[in-house]
Amino acid sequence: MADYKYTPESFKSDQQVKWCAGCGDHAVLNSVQRALPEVADALDKPHEKFVFVSGIGCSSRFIYYMRTFGFHTIHGRAAAVATGIKVANPDLSVWVCTGDGDSLAIGGNHFIHALRRNIDLNIILFNNEIYGLTKGQYSPTTKLGTVTKTSPYGTVEHPFNPGELAIGAKGTFFARTVDAEVMLTKELLKEAALHKGTSVVEALVNCMIFNNKTHASFAADKATRAKNTITLRHGEKMLFGENNEKGLVLEGLKLKVVTIGEDGYTIDDILTHDAHCQDTTLHGMLAAMKFPEYPVALGVIRSVDEPCIYDNEVEKQVEAVKATAKIHTMDDLLNSGETWEIK
Amino acid sequence: MSTGNRLKDVVIRFSGDSGDGMQLTGTLFSETSALAGNAISTFPDYPAEIRAPQGTVAGVSGFQVHFGSTAVTNPGDKCDVLVAMNPAALKANARFLKEDATVIIDADSITADNLKKAAFETEDPISELNLSGRNIILARISTMTREALSSSPLDNKSKIKCKNMFALGICLYITERPTEHAHDYIEAKFGKKNPDVAQANNIVIEAGYNYAANNHLIHNAYAVEPTGLKKGKYRTINGNVATAWGFIAASEKSSRPLFCGSYPITPATVILEELAKHKSLGVKTVQAEDEIAGICTAIGAAYAGNLAVTTTSGPGLSLKSEALGLAVMAELPLVVVDVQRGGPSTGLPTKTEQSDLMQALYGRNGECPVPVIAASTPSDCFKYAFEAARVAMEHMTPVILLTDGFIANSSEAWMIPNMADMPTINPPIAKEADGDFMPYLRDERHVRSWAFPGTAGLEHRIGGLEKHSQTGNISYDPANHAVMVAQRAAKVACVADDIPLQEIDGDKSGELLVVGWGGTRGHLASTVSQLREEGYSVSHCHLNYINPLPKNLETIFGSFKKIVVCELNEGQAASYLQGIFPQFKFNRCNKVEGQPFTVAELLNSLKNYLK
Repeated sequence: MADYKYTPESFKSDQQVKWCAGCGDHAVLNSVQRALPEVADALDKPHEKFVFVSGIGCSSRFIYYMRTFGFHTIHGRAAAVATGIKVANPDLSVWVCTGDGDSLAIGGNHFIHALRRNIDLNIILFNNEIYGLTKGQYSPTTKLGTVTKTSPYGTVEHPFNPGELAIGAKGTFFARTVDAEVMLTKELLKEAALHKGTSVVEALVNCMIFNNKTHASFAADKATRAKNTITLRHGEKMLFGENNEKGLVLEGLKLKVVTIGEDGYTIDDILTHDAHCQDTTLHGMLAAMKFPEYPVALGVIRSVDEPCIYDNEVEKQVEAVKATAKIHTMDDLLNSGETWEIK
Repeated sequence: MSTGNRLKDVVIRFSGDSGDGMQLTGTLFSETSALAGNAISTFPDYPAEIRAPQGTVAGVSGFQVHFGSTAVTNPGDKCDVLVAMNPAALKANARFLKEDATVIIDADSITADNLKKAAFETEDPISELNLSGRNIILARISTMTREALSSSPLDNKSKIKCKNMFALGICLYITERPTEHAHDYIEAKFGKKNPDVAQANNIVIEAGYNYAANNHLIHNAYAVEPTGLKKGKYRTINGNVATAWGFIAASEKSSRPLFCGSYPITPATVILEELAKHKSLGVKTVQAEDEIAGICTAIGAAYAGNLAVTTTSGPGLSLKSEALGLAVMAELPLVVVDVQRGGPSTGLPTKTEQSDLMQALYGRNGECPVPVIAASTPSDCFKYAFEAARVAMEHMTPVILLTDGFIANSSEAWMIPNMADMPTINPPIAKEADGDFMPYLRDERHVRSWAFPGTAGLEHRIGGLEKHSQTGNISYDPANHAVMVAQRAAKVACVADDIPLQEIDGDKSGELLVVGWGGTRGHLASTVSQLREEGYSVSHCHLNYINPLPKNLETIFGSFKKIVVCELNEGQAASYLQGIFPQFKFNRCNKVEGQPFTVAELLNSLKNYLK
């Protein structure tokens, strides 16, 4: 492990941060800038190897606030641009900053295909369940029935759950956090960065202006989060509550919330989280848990080793073909196959 | 016609059901002719459907080859020999027959059922199509193929599949060509994998050849002397492969690895397929999830320091336009290839047209100038792909390269270039720095530097929002926007200092200047040279650099009494030129039938300006 002696300050650009006061994006920026010095050391990558790519939307302004290479692209396409960067230069640590509209509506195709390819990108998905920069229209994650400027009588379409989508696409890494949990976010980002393959960290962020308190029922403050969220850690029991008195058990094909000591449930009945399990069934169920029936799952829900990583495979193929091919220069190619001489 | 007669040039058209293997038959025949020292030009004409209903006119697939002892610039308007494997093929191609043409028909295919499928009204397709003046050879190709293979272990269906090789054998005989190349090909393709199939095909080639030799109806009347092509080493190449190779050559000459992000689309797909083969030359290809991802992955690769290309056809160019604007704004080198086809919308996927010119020039939001370069023959796709890549990298701009379905699929003999003779490409790559890198500082040509992520001290942010003219930070300052719009335009205009002056074929002044661009070069060149032989004062000006235009065009245009712009659209280049040069009148000669011009129809149209 290298020691570059970077600090969060090393990753702050000179640009004034222009998000609204109270916007959840500030907290995520803070977490990223705290995570990167540790990531740089762990990956042994100096400062200039970090690239942040974004689409369009409030959260996509993120890249201007980072003193790294940054590319603010067009709506929905960050994952596609990032794919090109990573394939061209796999040595770079490539991050995608994207919102719920950017990655799940206009960019939905690129999002699922990045996951399908399992290319080594780190996607931070800022989910505020609203279009902020266009000033308050509903997004693909807005709750059914929500009144917004384009749904004055409430939406009549079900939202996506990004976790279900990512895991459904056989994503190899999915984690969830809430904006206020700066240290948890930092920890998850670091894990995401070390994961080989596509990682998605969904940050539930609050939009003060257009969708205030959309996550408040389970995320408003520390006490609420203790009661209404569960932070999953690989190898640990799935416990939550103010005193870890509640837990998750599997009953038939459904998860169930139980209280230890009640109805005959003991700690031994509580599920142990296995983030590394290849099968997606339980991860999908955990990602799908909705408040109030369930606590909302935070932490690394899924993190599996999958040897087929797109950028690696592309490199390996190039090297393998180079080793056996007869054509090594353009002149070789031009003179290959059927040719004839006119004398 | 008699044995020993030597013709200057001959056109043969192979046609049959799209499953009959006519493209392969035509290709093998063309290669054999090229190996025998002829100049060749070929054109496949096939339906978009992979297997349209068998026996119908809709399912007919054709392949035309024009070979000659002098320069052959196009696949020919009409054919001297037509091979028709069924009545539908005969019906679809009767209009391409010369007055004294030979028609070779598989007589076994003339059945009531096939006549009905091809919508003939009588049982005599020859009379019904008024072909009685032609030399009609009713050869029982299917039967003779089966008989030749009586001792082959293949099943009946596989045997009959070899009938295209019978037709090839006939054509090789009547043109006095050896069968070796065809045998070599069959051996290479099937020899190891399926020796029975290889043997069967080889037997049938010889059977067809011997049938023709023993049949007094067919003389070896279509022999052509070797050509007077320049001394050197040659190969055949089609436009799509030449395009792919031009990019690989540019990659070698710029020392920038080649990246292609594309989505399959007719008729451009072969470029992606070809590039995917050449990993040994460091080429990386991404088959993207859609057209937009194709260009966006390419933009990412360009940002990371690769020579990046994306390949498409008209509908795909529409989808790529927003991202192309990003490449303009971010000032990244990128080549977008549009292999034009008939439009609008899905249009005519397998047919050719030049109707994307306006889209290439203007089809983006905002003031968004992009250099546009057009290739004009199958083999010069290599040169102009190289040029597009050179201009993109040396001027830090996306470039659109226009080709079309005609030159993309046509092939011709090509003198192999020597890489040592090709120019080095020098992109303005930024070196390591101490920080405070200014991404939009420019040189005297208004070109910014190319700063790869991973280079210490060059950390900077760019993107699609308007940028401060030096720092690259977001700027909404009105004056700055005006400066940046002007800078981007000036940068593209400066490319004019870096491209060759326009050349013309024919006298430098005169009565009529025929102006063309892109893939019509071959037909226009033949037409103009024929008119000149007839004593008319005509010259030919063929544009490859469309934006910016060569700097001497005004002088050229001013030296002729009349100008006519010939193009396969409704007058897009004519109106573009009219806007830039209002002092001249640009007459128009247009065709939008999904087919190339024919020399005959051009002669007809152009003579109207020469009365």
